[in-house]
Amino acid sequence: MVSEVSPLEIERNAGNFFYPETHVNDAGVGLTEKTIDYIVNIKEEPEWVREFRMNGLKIFLGKPMPTHWASRDLEAIVFENIRYYLSSGTQAKRSWEDVPDDVKRTFERLGIPEQERKFLAGVEAQFDSEAVYSNIKAAVGEQGVIFVGSTEGLKNHPEIFRKWFGKVIPTGDNKFSALNSAVFSGGSFIYVPPGVKVKHPLQAYFRINAENFGQFERTLIIVDEGAELTYMEGCTAPKFNTATLHSAVVELVALKGAKIQYITVQNWSANVFNLVTKRAIAHEEAEVKWIDCNIGSRLTMKYPGVVLKGRKARGEVLSIALASNGQHQDTGAKMVHAADETTSNIISKSISIGTGRATYRGLVHVPKHLKNCKNNTECDALLINANSRTDTYPAITVRGTGNSVQHEASVSQVSAEQIFYMQQRGLTAAQAMSLSVNGFVNDLVRQFPMEYSVELKRLIELEMEGSVG
Amino acid sequence: MNRLEIQHLHATIAEQEIIRGLSLTVPKGEVHAIMGPNGSGKSTLAKVLAGHPDYKVTSGSVSMDGEDILALEPDERARRGIFLAFQYPNEIPGVTIANFLRAAVQARLPEGDELEATDYYAKLYEKMDLLEMDRAFTSRAVNEGFSGGEKKRNEILQLAMLEPKYAVLDETDSGLDIDALKVVANGVNSLRGPNLGVLLITHYQRLLDYIIPDHVHVMVQGRIVRSGEKNLALELEEKGYDWLRDELAEPAVA
Repeated sequence: MVSEVSPLEIERNAGNFFYPETHVNDAGVGLTEKTIDYIVNIKEEPEWVREFRMNGLKIFLGKPMPTHWASRDLEAIVFENIRYYLSSGTQAKRSWEDVPDDVKRTFERLGIPEQERKFLAGVEAQFDSEAVYSNIKAAVGEQGVIFVGSTEGLKNHPEIFRKWFGKVIPTGDNKFSALNSAVFSGGSFIYVPPGVKVKHPLQAYFRINAENFGQFERTLIIVDEGAELTYMEGCTAPKFNTATLHSAVVELVALKGAKIQYITVQNWSANVFNLVTKRAIAHEEAEVKWIDCNIGSRLTMKYPGVVLKGRKARGEVLSIALASNGQHQDTGAKMVHAADETTSNIISKSISIGTGRATYRGLVHVPKHLKNCKNNTECDALLINANSRTDTYPAITVRGTGNSVQHEASVSQVSAEQIFYMQQRGLTAAQAMSLSVNGFVNDLVRQFPMEYSVELKRLIELEMEGSVG
Repeated sequence: MNRLEIQHLHATIAEQEIIRGLSLTVPKGEVHAIMGPNGSGKSTLAKVLAGHPDYKVTSGSVSMDGEDILALEPDERARRGIFLAFQYPNEIPGVTIANFLRAAVQARLPEGDELEATDYYAKLYEKMDLLEMDRAFTSRAVNEGFSGGEKKRNEILQLAMLEPKYAVLDETDSGLDIDALKVVANGVNSLRGPNLGVLLITHYQRLLDYIIPDHVHVMVQGRIVRSGEKNLALELEEKGYDWLRDELAEPAVA
């Protein structure tokens, strides 16, 4: 039997290639008001967007780096050396035929058009600052589902866009949400009308090709009453010697009874600073589930959150972080309970290899006046070899008497004896480690959609081969 | 050629010599038992044969069917046909026995070949029937929360599945009650045959009531001091190890 090839096959190093730059639009190096004028003009955005961006810049410049609580490695980002906008056009193509050859080759190499044919309801492919391709299957479009880039969303659907844009994550939420607000470009705008259940996932693929560059996509998803959506995002970049910055803002709105599942497999190269703000608002009886897998990058800081705004809303974060040599995965979850009978579940598994470092930060907030709220938090860390480091910073505030919280944490190790035992059965050291890691994440991965669990297992194997050497 | 051959082997751990000039040959198709008092180096020998990284071979050789295996990594030795049933098998949390064995069988196939799932399970169930094991057993995580008896049965199941040329059983009887011991011994006996050489390491004669060895060797202070037929084991049972120690001390080992 030939094993089924994962439709989402993105090998760990498969993203490590790039083509020469052919950008027509380049905002230049550094970030000033001029950069913003350049972006607004090239994208032909309305005046309110210029104001929004300028406000973002002001807040960004005024906020200190969060090094007082986060990694000092953030200081290695030199904002003056980064290019904030690079594109070859601002209109995403509806057909791969119309996408320029070199860019199309990139996405073909990453297998995106093939996956689209196989099992996706729609795809958006972003290359540096702009989506080069965006298309949704006709049947899904006919149900009234909107799936376009952020620029198109704000221009063509202002009545829905402006209602929610920047409302889930205000510009001043943190330094990087402010930065994104100043220079955002690309990302998805999705609207699912009431009662529409989108059967197949919509996918966005974010590709960085250029050096000394920052990618700042902005995603806004609104799923109306009783509707359902699964959205997946993948990302890769070539390995450059200089730092690349990826700083996205993702806002989700699940209206009454809606369900959103948002899946990320982050596979950035080891020079990427991945500083992302992701948050959802769940209205009455809505469900939001973040599935977040962080395999690559130099430093990832990401804490997907759900504000449980309506009665019986439910939020979930399932996350896996793999920190190899020299990498730091600083990840976690935020659950803000703001209504009665809301429930949240956080399961975090981290793996640290060699000098890799995994940090879990969790925030669970249940105010005193609420009743019958529940939170369950589990964080498990696996250490492979003695240099690895793992930290857990759970901040759980649960007030009031009718609410319950459960928190479990564990740290385990793959011992040399365990590896020897497995080697004695014929597995190489790398195979032994990846099997141990797969065993560690197994119960969590089982909850992922099939395509992603296969993909994740492969990524873990490839990562282990690389780290054993 | 068809034998596991250990010649003049010396091995140390943390600079301390444990194996001191040991020679032993196990022809394929035979069962050899090594008996000896605690601390004589029996388990060290097992680990050295399997290539445990904590032990260093300072001189001597170990060959399998004529091929020197000392330069090989533990996994290479395993794939070439040496199997060690551990005295204290490790847990592998979250990995089922079925998946673990599947990975181990897959590792023995030529690169690019994919194990056929139906063939694999057919073979697994055949071996489990042979060992009279409940099929639900293989959906449990490897050794996680296993009793001593379950751990040893799991070792024997792996031995049956991986079909090595030579199997070293390190104190497989330790920690087993008599019923569990019989089950494990039946398993080993059912695997005996012309294609398997067995080195049975044990402290007690008891196991040898159930697995009748072709030869018995006595190990004291890192070498074989006496070899004989199966009745040597009975003699040891009767007299203990002291008489051999005394004997060994006398002729100021030349």
